[in-house]
Amino acid sequence: MSQFLSNSTILDRPVGRSQRSAEQNVSLSAFSYLFSEMVQYHQNRVDSVSALEHRLEAAGYGVGLKVLELLAYRARDYTRQTKLMNMLQFVSTTAWKALFGKAADSLEKSIDHADEFMIVDYAPITSTSVSVPADLGGLSVDAYISGIIAGMLQGAGFPARVTAHTVEEGDRKKAVFLVKFSASVMSRDATIIG
Amino acid sequence: MTSSSSPSSLLFVIVGSNEPLFEVDLQASSQPISDAATRQSYFVLHSALDLVERSASNQMYLKIVDKVNQQQVSTFLTAGNIKLMLLHNVHQNKSEEAIRQFFQDVYELYVKFSMNPFYAYDTPIISEAFDTRVRALGRKYLS
Repeated sequence: MSQFLSNSTILDRPVGRSQRSAEQNVSLSAFSYLFSEMVQYHQNRVDSVSALEHRLEAAGYGVGLKVLELLAYRARDYTRQTKLMNMLQFVSTTAWKALFGKAADSLEKSIDHADEFMIVDYAPITSTSVSVPADLGGLSVDAYISGIIAGMLQGAGFPARVTAHTVEEGDRKKAVFLVKFSASVMSRDATIIG
Repeated sequence: MTSSSSPSSLLFVIVGSNEPLFEVDLQASSQPISDAATRQSYFVLHSALDLVERSASNQMYLKIVDKVNQQQVSTFLTAGNIKLMLLHNVHQNKSEEAIRQFFQDVYELYVKFSMNPFYAYDTPIISEAFDTRVRALGRKYLS
């Protein structure tokens, strides 16, 4: 029979006073290692690129839901986002800073479709140390980050389809997360005043 | 207690997107509450859910969202649209400030609890530690 030396549970641990507490940071190499193991784990269990991306998205989804609650709590102002643009700002600045150490490089609105937005990151940590062989075609492991974004938006009440794309820009590549909101979100947002 | 008078109850419920995730009766009294009273309490709480869905405020603490007979429902909505709801009686005279403090502390507990990677978000909370602490908060702020 094991002896439990302490009675403290997760409910006793501090959850982070500010958004800049350095002790919360994890080394990039630790993350890259874990992430690479996770990708390999899923890769061995699927037989198509889209299934692999799907699994990575599902893995990120759970993270997104919880990160949303954590970051909203850490803001300590007991408010939640009800307007679309504010929620997107929250994701591309606050959430990005907390997760990746810096804000997203840009947040853009699509000209062709009113319900599509793009979050751009020039060096997403999930793919900077990943090389995709030719036979895996259009695989983007950034699907994990798409899942995180989708989880955050879904949790906050803005269901959306999020996909990750790698786009060439001059001589460098950038990751573009395309966010397409459901019709219900767009119509509801039109009615909210403010 | 006649069937026309409303029961004196203090019910706290956490509601997710599909189902209640956590329920506790914070009433300190030792007399058992009748079945009819409990059913009525749950009914009032859940019908207040519809009003919460429709509120457009960006504040998490929504104060009193519904009043039925003598019973009132106060709600706190988290960033992930998880509803913390408290059913209380007018006669109990709980101050809004006390309820707000209670909700804020339970919210902190909830956020910490959901950080557990083995807890699937939006599923029932069955931790004893969580239950004990919510009851303790109930005693601290609401009695």
